[in-house]
Amino acid sequence: MDNSYDAIMARKNEIIKNAVGMDFDKFEKPGIGFDYEAMMEATGYTIDEIRRVQSLFSIGNTPLIELKNLTELARKCAPEGKGARIFIKDEASNPSGSFKARRACTSVYQAKKLGYKGVVTATSGNYGAAVACCAAMAGLKCIVVQECYDSKGVGQPEIIEKARKCEALGAEVVQLTVGPELFSTVLQLLEETGYFNASLYTPFGIAGVETLGYEIAEQFRAKVGKDPDVVVCTNAGGGNLTGTARGLRKAGCSAKVIAASVNLSGLHMASDAQFNKKSFTTGHTGFGVPYAVNPDHSDVPRSAARPLRYMDRYVTVTQGSVFYITECLASLEGLEKGPAGNTSLAAAFRLAQDLDRDQCIVVQETEYTGAGKHINPQLSFARQNGIDIHFGDPKDEIPGKSIILPAHPSLIQVTDLDLDHMRRSRIKRAVGSHKDELTDEDIRFLMEETNSDEAFVRSAIAAL
Amino acid sequence: MAKKGDWVQIHTVVLPPEERSSALPEDTKANPLEMWVKGYLQQDAEIGDEAEVITRTGRRARGEVVKVNPYFEHNFGFFIPEVLEIGNTVRKITFGGEY
Repeated sequence: MDNSYDAIMARKNEIIKNAVGMDFDKFEKPGIGFDYEAMMEATGYTIDEIRRVQSLFSIGNTPLIELKNLTELARKCAPEGKGARIFIKDEASNPSGSFKARRACTSVYQAKKLGYKGVVTATSGNYGAAVACCAAMAGLKCIVVQECYDSKGVGQPEIIEKARKCEALGAEVVQLTVGPELFSTVLQLLEETGYFNASLYTPFGIAGVETLGYEIAEQFRAKVGKDPDVVVCTNAGGGNLTGTARGLRKAGCSAKVIAASVNLSGLHMASDAQFNKKSFTTGHTGFGVPYAVNPDHSDVPRSAARPLRYMDRYVTVTQGSVFYITECLASLEGLEKGPAGNTSLAAAFRLAQDLDRDQCIVVQETEYTGAGKHINPQLSFARQNGIDIHFGDPKDEIPGKSIILPAHPSLIQVTDLDLDHMRRSRIKRAVGSHKDELTDEDIRFLMEETNSDEAFVRSAIAAL
Repeated sequence: MAKKGDWVQIHTVVLPPEERSSALPEDTKANPLEMWVKGYLQQDAEIGDEAEVITRTGRRARGEVVKVNPYFEHNFGFFIPEVLEIGNTVRKITFGGEY
């Protein structure tokens, strides 16, 4: 068998079809679109069935905690009468330590049901541990493929910790240097082993996250007696936000959904030299923006993570602000959690200051912390890599050069990304070279893809 | 010297620089795509020898032996004084100056 890069990539569609047990072609429409809802329904699981499956793995029903002291701190920074109540969904309480357990569980369950002997997943994040954890419970073998090292062999401490955890849970970990060709290694492993592709982006994975949104609505109503006003989701590949928002909708919840990412603008995600200049390996704009405007740039033909369909607003926060709020969570609430998951908390801290005191904002995740994956080692690693860390105004932070810890919590700000600009980019991507062949069905697809009206879609197309 | 049956880490070059994706930044493209896996060594070998291992999932993989009994060294990093200062600052603001 020819295992050169080009030869493996040429076999991509066949390998993926065999490794997901799903024929994505059947959802394609004539023209540029596909039937997203039909693809989601093709999992064959209702939300109640997914909850039942997740309960078999002891996943879900995580605590919803009111952060009273952090709310008090936000109120001290806010104008008179402002400062919404901040709640956090303690997803670190899931087996494997993050919401990703929900996402992994459905894939692993499906793999077991279809008779696969193991699962392969490509991730440097918490998802690897989640797949390893569920595979351990299901008695399946597991391979996790990570982008971990730069060309000098220096690993990101956060990613090394995740390798350790995957190994602790029985997985084989394959570690690579920087580069998107990781995908060809995954394809080769899928072909070699015949295992299931527990991709982050299949309908199984995203359907698994819907229970998180559903639970937030149920728990919040039971605890506070109404719907939350805002739910903030850390956004990287888009699955967290997509699944949560779909779950909220299924529960009939009226909350606005706001995406939050760490601002890493200026850093190239495939750059070897910049790999260890980042202090966040996920939850950042380097994934969040490209995956929103081009969701199908993933390891399945059509990604089930389509965040532009669901986000009402998209804000960024600085690395220093997220580290700061992570320490606040420990010092004021007694909750020591991993920094990346607190991206949405940093955003919520500022967003709460624009809302009235009787309004409520939910941060929909926490993640586990440990050696390497914690504010202290991550700042220590940054300092060793020549990043200038000091107190000041976070707006002066330059990703890859400085981390500015807010001199006062009132300096934590959010920056809005231009959602209409991203919607136009999404339309441009989807239309490609088919501008003159678009049908009414294509226009409807683009309206759904961008959560916008016909006039917006038609004007964006006219401007291409 | 590593013995047959030892738990080792092996290293391989997946793609030499000239075979890498054309869409990469120059600094990345100048380097090979490298891979590390761990497994049980299938024959005695010196560090630097090419050898075969059987991995945790039972796969056979070949590569240069780079470590015997590999272990994790990541930790909680050096002391970062700013972290303490953040805690002190926000506790004072939240709970008052007496805190």
